[in-house]
Amino acid sequence: MSFLLGSGAGFSGDRTDAAIAVVDELIRRGEPCALIFETLGERTLAAAHRRMREDPQGGYEPLIDELIEPILEKCLSRGIRILGNFGAADPDGACRRIEALAKRLGLPDVALVEVYGDDIRQRLSHLDLVPWEAEVGDLPDETALVSANVYLGAQPLVEALQLGAEVVVAGRVADPALFLAPLIDHFGWARDDWDRLAAGMMAGHLGECGAQVSGGYFADPGFKDVPGMAHLGYPIIDVEADGVLVVTKPAGTGGLVTERTVKEQLLYEVHDPANYLTPDVIVDLTEVEVRQLATDRVEVRGIRGKPAPERLKTTICYDAGWQGEAEISYAGPNALARARLAADVLRERLGFRTPVDLRARFDIIGHLSVFNDDDGGMANQGDEQPDGDYRLRLAVEHSERRWVERATQELMALYCAGPAGGGGVRRHFQRRLLSASWLVRREDIVAGARWYRGDTDAPESLGEKRAAS
Amino acid sequence: MTIPLQTRRARCLHDIAHARAGDKGNRLNLAVFVYDPHDFPLLMEVVTEERVLALFAHRGASEVKRYSMPGLHGMNLVIDDVLQGGVNGALNLDGHGKTLSFLLLSMPLSAE
Repeated sequence: MSFLLGSGAGFSGDRTDAAIAVVDELIRRGEPCALIFETLGERTLAAAHRRMREDPQGGYEPLIDELIEPILEKCLSRGIRILGNFGAADPDGACRRIEALAKRLGLPDVALVEVYGDDIRQRLSHLDLVPWEAEVGDLPDETALVSANVYLGAQPLVEALQLGAEVVVAGRVADPALFLAPLIDHFGWARDDWDRLAAGMMAGHLGECGAQVSGGYFADPGFKDVPGMAHLGYPIIDVEADGVLVVTKPAGTGGLVTERTVKEQLLYEVHDPANYLTPDVIVDLTEVEVRQLATDRVEVRGIRGKPAPERLKTTICYDAGWQGEAEISYAGPNALARARLAADVLRERLGFRTPVDLRARFDIIGHLSVFNDDDGGMANQGDEQPDGDYRLRLAVEHSERRWVERATQELMALYCAGPAGGGGVRRHFQRRLLSASWLVRREDIVAGARWYRGDTDAPESLGEKRAAS
Repeated sequence: MTIPLQTRRARCLHDIAHARAGDKGNRLNLAVFVYDPHDFPLLMEVVTEERVLALFAHRGASEVKRYSMPGLHGMNLVIDDVLQGGVNGALNLDGHGKTLSFLLLSMPLSAE
């Protein structure tokens, strides 16, 4: 009998009603299964740490209630276990939130287990660190440090399941490890069964971005058409004990699972396909085969594994000044010339109204923006349309807030002092967080799982957290 | 480097292939696959490391590594230093570089 891995979300900000159809399908199929919420990107964790500085409730996934509420009762009553990295910077806080949600829904006590050990900020200066292969910068100054989190592997998640968790709440773990862990728990795969661990990791890789494998982030009208995009079915990965995967989605949902959707996701964020590094195994995709078995059923086989890397990746986030954006629109006759004039005027103003070390970028949205470099070095050789609907965008950064405010205010001043017919100014600015990737020695990381103990003995569990790290 | 962004006159990679971009730090990967397996040799001929480096040179690309995946009728391109700071640091609207899959697909099919 196979094991089913359902995806309930693929990033922070994903559709919050997607898990409903997935859970209904898992119940209908009646096979052993788990439901996974992946909500933590490279950037999301930094944002959570930043929020938590101002709001003690801000350290975990803000949509946690909306994601879990529609399916919690069904999952608990049917024994479908939930794993998520929605703990973000504060797994303990997320557990408290889920406990409160369950109470509000009139559900019995939820068996909540949290994963610890990813947060190494306090110990960073004592660890042996080497830069990740594509990392170019130096380690940030300690005073600027916001967060440092190791990508944990499947092991602490397996521990959580073996403790008897109904809901596993993690912070930073390798996203696909959320999918691998229930497979290890269910099939009893050995820690050096590299081919199976690699297959399980790739089940996770295919499922971790939600609809990206089942028709999301895929449509290109006339070339790659996708039906029912407003009701995309999120993936269910069917894993056999020998590590063969079949990607499916709930019956009656929109989207599609084809060789093309699966191939695009298979190499998503992969570098060398012969050496895809994860905490639990190095995956080799060079012999992988992708085959359509039936409508919305695609088999993936031939995944090979090699021994796990000696070091674990750590994302370090640090304060790096301020960034701001402001935009203004020009439309109708001669709009492109007016937008360009606005950019020229603004550039000249910034030249004497802001310091020389203000980093600024100008785009004319509708003409050339995201493909360009910061200095506007790319020429648009397409047919220039002098009339149209264009939007001048300014993006700036500086170590001091006041210059970012000043620069974006200068764009706003184009309302009255710029070319004719400008409108629709939007302006915002925020602290800028940068991230860097470094590698730590596996043996230096102390990670595991523990019961959430509730509000009453929170100080004790906090003490335990410190002792463990 | 100038790219014929808006012209649909010349045949381009988009006519025969589909692609997806992914980012890690300041490194971008572009996975590209032909629709028709018969076009795989053409893909290999047109999408070389040199041409991809030229296509992204204006953004500071320092190196392109191409991994051929014949079994998938596609390839994986790994491009370094092309994101001008990456998701947290870029001034670009698209700090992830997610739209860049379609910059690749704008590449002309004639390998000049």
